[in-house]
Amino acid sequence: MLPITTLHYLVVAAALFALGVVGVLTRRNVVIVLMSIELILNAVNLNLVAFSRLSPGLHGQVFAIFVITDAAAEAAVGLGILIAFFRNKETVNVDEVDLLKW
Amino acid sequence: MTPVATPFFFYFLSVLTLGSAFLVITSRNAVHSALALILALLGQAGLYLMLYAPFVAGVQIILYAGGIMVLFLFVIMLVNLERSQKEEQYSRQWLAGALAATALGVLFVAVFVKGKALFPASSVPVAESSNTQQLGQLLYGPYMFAFEIASLLLLVAIIGAVVMAKKRI
Repeated sequence: MLPITTLHYLVVAAALFALGVVGVLTRRNVVIVLMSIELILNAVNLNLVAFSRLSPGLHGQVFAIFVITDAAAEAAVGLGILIAFFRNKETVNVDEVDLLKW
Repeated sequence: MTPVATPFFFYFLSVLTLGSAFLVITSRNAVHSALALILALLGQAGLYLMLYAPFVAGVQIILYAGGIMVLFLFVIMLVNLERSQKEEQYSRQWLAGALAATALGVLFVAVFVKGKALFPASSVPVAESSNTQQLGQLLYGPYMFAFEIASLLLLVAIIGAVVMAKKRI
């Protein structure tokens, strides 16, 4: 079996990213859309950490830590918005978020 | 410490991560999706360990799987989702979404096939015993400004989440 190179990790990250994009674009449940966004962020993190091995210095890992921090902040605010929306409309369907539709 | 059975662990962890990610986007029950996402995050922490990044793996398990996913599960329990389980699960534009994701996948494959020479196979060996110290020196040295901005971002996110979820501002 051929040795595991950086390319293998990039392929896994690309597949994770594609799965996250499919989840964001096709699901109706807002919570699952938010979870697919977390999948996308994780794919980016895997890319960063895989590339940080190739050069001296751990810059990719520092960036990955900052991305995880950002993901936490964004998940908190996004879920707060979801709770506010659910309180008004009693549904978590993405198709019913159409108050601004013309 | 010499690595042992690297291909087996890599393929096992990536199949675990990708399979759980697939379960995340296809589950009918949101709680099942959340549990599958926790499994995907744990598999990814294993991949970080294989890439000699133990601190990022620890942060991933504690923060992501232990913090963010618990937050998701609390919100899923707050938002009563029994009615949404019986509804239509995929939006009306599911075909457009699937086509867009397929185009993205083809783009990725083209990049990997054409640019295979750009990704070097060898990597710089780093000692994993000093990983946390090096990360700490980087965070308090060159990345000090980004560190402070990240703490400000967390403060804003806390205030924003509380304001968003309040009944009356």
